[in-house]
Amino acid sequence: MKALQLVGYFQDFQLTWDYFFDQLVAGLALGSLYGLIAIGYSMVYGILKLLNFAHGEVFMIGSYIGFFVLTWLGGAADPSLPIAIVIGLMFVAAMLGAGLLGVVIERFAYRPLREKRAGRIAPLISALGVSFFLQQLAVICFGSAPKQYDSFSFDAGSLFTSVTIGPFEIQYMQLFVIVTTICLMVALTIFIARTQVGRAMRATSFDLEAASMMGIDVDRVIVVTFLLGSALAGAAGVMNGLIFQNVDGYVGFQVGLIAFTAAVVGGIGSIPGAMLGGLAIGLGRAFSIGYVSSSYQDVIVFAILIAFLLLRPSGLFGTPAPQKV
Amino acid sequence: MSDAGDGPRIGADEWVARSGERAEARGGIVGRLRELYERVPKPAVFAFFVAVGALVPLLTAQTDNDIYFLRVGTVALVFALLALGLNVAVGFAGLLDLGYIAYYGIGAYGYAFLSSDKHGVHWGAWLVIPLVVTASALIGLLLALPSRRLVGDYLAIVTLFFGQIFYVIATQGYRISFLGLNKDLGFDRANWDLTGGPNGIANVDRIGAFGLTASSERAYFYITLVAVVVVFAGLTLANRSRTGRAWRALNDDMLAAQAMSMPVNWLKLLAVAVGAAVAALAGTINAALLQGAFPDDYNTQVLIIIYAMVILGGAGSLAGAVLGAVLVSVLMLEGLRPQTPIGDLTGNGRWVFYAAILLVLVATIRPLRRLAAILGGIAVFGVLVHTIVAATTARGTDGLLNTGPETFEEGGPLGWLVRNWLALPGGTYEVGSRTWFNIALVGLIALMLCVTLVKGWVRDALIVPAVWLAGFVWETRLVIEASGPTRLLLLGVMLIVVMVARPQGLLGRPRVEIV
Repeated sequence: MKALQLVGYFQDFQLTWDYFFDQLVAGLALGSLYGLIAIGYSMVYGILKLLNFAHGEVFMIGSYIGFFVLTWLGGAADPSLPIAIVIGLMFVAAMLGAGLLGVVIERFAYRPLREKRAGRIAPLISALGVSFFLQQLAVICFGSAPKQYDSFSFDAGSLFTSVTIGPFEIQYMQLFVIVTTICLMVALTIFIARTQVGRAMRATSFDLEAASMMGIDVDRVIVVTFLLGSALAGAAGVMNGLIFQNVDGYVGFQVGLIAFTAAVVGGIGSIPGAMLGGLAIGLGRAFSIGYVSSSYQDVIVFAILIAFLLLRPSGLFGTPAPQKV
Repeated sequence: MSDAGDGPRIGADEWVARSGERAEARGGIVGRLRELYERVPKPAVFAFFVAVGALVPLLTAQTDNDIYFLRVGTVALVFALLALGLNVAVGFAGLLDLGYIAYYGIGAYGYAFLSSDKHGVHWGAWLVIPLVVTASALIGLLLALPSRRLVGDYLAIVTLFFGQIFYVIATQGYRISFLGLNKDLGFDRANWDLTGGPNGIANVDRIGAFGLTASSERAYFYITLVAVVVVFAGLTLANRSRTGRAWRALNDDMLAAQAMSMPVNWLKLLAVAVGAAVAALAGTINAALLQGAFPDDYNTQVLIIIYAMVILGGAGSLAGAVLGAVLVSVLMLEGLRPQTPIGDLTGNGRWVFYAAILLVLVATIRPLRRLAAILGGIAVFGVLVHTIVAATTARGTDGLLNTGPETFEEGGPLGWLVRNWLALPGGTYEVGSRTWFNIALVGLIALMLCVTLVKGWVRDALIVPAVWLAGFVWETRLVIEASGPTRLLLLGVMLIVVMVARPQGLLGRPRVEIV
């Protein structure tokens, strides 16, 4: 009797492959967004061993910048330039603005503490302060009502129509998000692997003190780290606005927390790990919304995370750091 | 060691050893007063403050205003209790417990479950409070158990999610359906309502025992005060005990503590559990005080406020935790709340802001001559700007808040200030004029950041327009939003400034990192 009822309960869902692939694609798009933000957490943590709680707010400001550029260019319904250029400008402006914001935060909220050798808890509290400050600043300056991206109106909604690739039915918007993320990832990987500054970054995250003894300007490396991480968060902010249509002052905290989870799952400090963690969390969220319950999605994600952390405390790609005596 | 302030902190043990000497060497009136204070036995100081606290309700009458003041005091004491509890994990043991807010919530909801109509249970407070406190300590122990291996930041992450999960359960727990099998499991409804969801649980019983029920504001003030005193005394003793020393050792160097054969894992669990118990106690009192449990009293914002209190007072210092709690909750949370007897929108609340700016200037700028120059500069600058704006634009100076213009017609000194020093464009509350506010705010932030970069006369010169701009943004918008965003905005600023200026907090001891 009860077994029958259980079956009846699950029949509410469409247990078809189409439905599964829909969730998969949605999860991939969401996951690449989280991955982009998670990279910022991971890069900063890798070098400074600091949980940069303000990163989610940088993402939120990036999203606002994208919105203002869009409004300035006439809005989604009636843009004054071709759509591709409008979206491109939104990305450039948001990445520049967010990158700059990240650098300013580092310069004024974290560097003085580093110079004072203030330990680990003080910068973390300072980061919480920055997060609070930016969140409320957005609410006061831009109003507490969400700003509408209204991206459905782009070219009469063509961005949200679907294209079929093999078994997948992908909206252009999701395809766009996934492809942009891949491009940014490739660019970042090349930057870190091939350039002088990238090499300096790797050296610094390996051992900050030794790097500074080898003549690396550690402060400059940290600035570049914040710039890159925050710029990626800004790009993610625009994507978030385009997908979810709106932005408000509190979006940074929620998305930031999830991205942060992603960074931890991937092994905080590792860049490919952050991306993979983002995908894992995105898929987890999409499937828990699709198959279980939308009100408990966060609980499910957090439960996965906690279980994961306990089984593998250093994440997917993290290496367990031996403690120095 | 000639100059301790800039002295090298490498080879820090000598520097630490001499910190007492340096403090004693302080001359002048401050040094002598300090010496006198040091001679008074600590229990006497404690008793003095308790007596002062106990006298507060006697000064109040049964008028609405006075009851409100008393409520502010009670809330401050509840926060003091929370800060004391958090101080155990964060201050003593150095564990970054970001799930602390959940224990506060568990206390409140636990009390509400067991003494309200929600689930039809009305047990006495004498039973419920010990039960809930013990349960919360056990939950703290249980949750900390799997995460005991995690150090530092990972502990912070896991506990943060515990806090989040609690909030989600509190807000979503009004339609629990056990896979649609509620009826078979003996529930009478398809969606079982456990927590009341976003509306919370109302009509919670007052604290009562032996036929007496605490219903007056005074009674709750005293109940909370007694709780604070007991917890304070208990934690002071705990801090001096073997366990307390072990906690501090853990905080200083976990590896060394382990090498000294201290049970590191057990000590961590204990610190979390003690904190959880204190938080649950605060939660039960809060639920009885508000006669309800509402999820938004137990969210991350409140957690950050409690952190701000502990950090401002100085992590590790019990007196600091209480001081921080009282300062933040009275000045920041209540003082800035408009339309209350304390934070009257047209009166006192406004002044807190200017008083704070003045205090900061007086406290940080030396010598007196320089301070006088800056204050004079600020006055002249404002009047000058006002005159120019008044002369060049039509409505550039007649902007007043929509709190009734009559306030500023008479307005006392503040009205005079607004009329002659600030230049507020007309119709401040209209949508269009938000532009001016935003520009001024961005300008203010930029100026403040510049002030931290430069030194000497340039710095002094930058302070002048910064103070004026602060007045401008305060009067144009911030004061209107003072009940919500502004208070939190200022809290964020305070956290950053305190951390940058004095990482150890007001009463904390500077922590020297081992290089």
